Amino acid sequence: MSPELTTAAVVAPPGTKAPHRRVPRSGGAGGPGRLGTVGMYALLVLVAVPFVFPVFWMFSTGLKTYGDVFESPPVLWPDDPRWGNYLVPFTTGPFLQQFLNSIYIASVTTIGVLAVASLAGYAFARIEFRGRSVLFVMLLSALLIPPEVTIIPLFRIVSAFGWIDTHLALIVPAIFGVPAVLGVFLMRQFFLALPIELEQAGRVDGLGRFGLFARVALPLAKAPLAALAILTFLNSWNDFLEPLVFLRTQELWTVPIALQSFTDPITGIPIWNIQMAATTLSVLPVLAVFFVAQRQFVQGIAGTGIK
Amino acid sequence: MTILMDSTVDPGAPDSRSRNSAHRSTRRAGDGPRRGHLARVDAAYGYAFIAPAVLGFLVFVALPIAGVFLFSFQDYNSLSGRSTYVGMENYERLLTSDVFGTVLRNTAVFSAFVIPANLVIGLLMAVLVNQRIRAISIFRTAYFVPVVISLVAWSLVWDVMLQDSGGINGWLAMIGIEGPNWLADPDWAMTSIIFVQVLKGVGVSMVLFLAALQEVPGELLEAAKIDGAGPWQSFRSVVVPLITPTIMMVAILATINSLKAFAQVFLLTEGGPGLSTNILGYFIYEQAFKAFQVGFASTAAVFLFLIVLVLTLLQWWSRKRWVFNES
Repeated sequence: MSPELTTAAVVAPPGTKAPHRRVPRSGGAGGPGRLGTVGMYALLVLVAVPFVFPVFWMFSTGLKTYGDVFESPPVLWPDDPRWGNYLVPFTTGPFLQQFLNSIYIASVTTIGVLAVASLAGYAFARIEFRGRSVLFVMLLSALLIPPEVTIIPLFRIVSAFGWIDTHLALIVPAIFGVPAVLGVFLMRQFFLALPIELEQAGRVDGLGRFGLFARVALPLAKAPLAALAILTFLNSWNDFLEPLVFLRTQELWTVPIALQSFTDPITGIPIWNIQMAATTLSVLPVLAVFFVAQRQFVQGIAGTGIK
Repeated sequence: MTILMDSTVDPGAPDSRSRNSAHRSTRRAGDGPRRGHLARVDAAYGYAFIAPAVLGFLVFVALPIAGVFLFSFQDYNSLSGRSTYVGMENYERLLTSDVFGTVLRNTAVFSAFVIPANLVIGLLMAVLVNQRIRAISIFRTAYFVPVVISLVAWSLVWDVMLQDSGGINGWLAMIGIEGPNWLADPDWAMTSIIFVQVLKGVGVSMVLFLAALQEVPGELLEAAKIDGAGPWQSFRSVVVPLITPTIMMVAILATINSLKAFAQVFLLTEGGPGLSTNILGYFIYEQAFKAFQVGFASTAAVFLFLIVLVLTLLQWWSRKRWVFNES
């Protein structure tokens, strides 16, 4: 059922065909008068509030005293910002270690996925072999399956490998599992659009299949590889269910698991201001990269539609 | 180099080789035996290239799916480590359980709001940002922000804001409204979870719709205008039919994303108050990793799998009725 699903998908997302020019060719409001323009911007700003304001609130709550968090009326910006709150996660717990864990896991996963996905994506797009479309559909079906369906047996598999409470439990299933499939899909889209003449020239130069892949096709795939790298890194960085289930030791946790653990050890109530400071710290690098590399973000996420 | 590889990969006899490959890839039938031999070597490379992904799929996707069916027929407690085959007992227990009935109803309510919200709000936002006005890209970026930050971060900040004495109620109080205890009031908890979910993901729907809107040929809209169609009429009769493939894709994605919702429930309500926000994704986790009822949880996971399968197939089969220009 899914090869067509992909063609349906290709219609919409800015996959490989000239998606960069963001010139609206249709539906643009021609020239509504000045009042209309002001109203339009007011509407645009209003709509932005629920999407952007929480990020500001995260940041400012992180600067408050514990008592100020639930002050009424709400304090937009504390009179006496406690910048020190942003250091507390590092001084009271292994937050730095957890941060490094997340970076390490996401990096290794990304490199692995790029390798697995570009090889397979290339083969599905460029090499003829029996069962090609059946195998491709089979792989794609993985994208439809909620992780909750597979997490219980996956726990058994991971423990059979002896990986419970190790980072391998997060890295290996990601490199070869669903994130890789996502990558296969993205890379195949790109390689399908690559002109065949380039490879014919490579053949004439005496390149074998691996040479064609590594020396001709891959160097041209920097853009989709960048999009895929960002997507994979982001997904790994944001993963919650798997680390929640597979990791026990606090020093081995990833950032999302650490964030939800800034709670009072007795009451279990979050230490809101510190938690928000830590949350802001976890979001900042992602937002920074997003603002710099928006195109790759949007391409990666929209190209697969998976968050 | 290719020639060298050929002999190692393909030990087959030359005569049968050409016949086979001609049979196999009819498109290349005219290329002669030499071409067929190369094609076969090439195919070997193809299998080698996809091997890591396919083996990974088998171990980390296919095997777990088989496993979840297997476990669903067992009484398996992960604390005691004992498992016994119990046939359909888990299924009977699940289907006669009031709790599971409530969980299914909650899941249906959750999806029934999240999916249309993604379609309607996503499309409205795409129309809104598909304008030729200055600084529009800033707004596109802004609406996309929740998509890139983690669901955990997004849920935690809404946790702060939706507390009884949190920001939302604080602002409502300023205009004289006494807000409910959003996350602890059984009448409002599900609404809050849906709201958080939609805000988090609708940016993806927007971007997909935006890309589709930009593919709509301007000439068609011009023509509709000349024929006297108003903006609404041309949107309904020209734009919407052209973007039906995207509508279907957003519907499928929103369906899957709503069915795998877990973290926001775990972080915001833990399924409560009572059972009011306990949806399937959370229920499976709760049963397997908190109650250690692995067999029972696996049975629930089988249901989730079947629901996803049926819904996806339904949406896919229904496409011929309403999706434009499938090819």
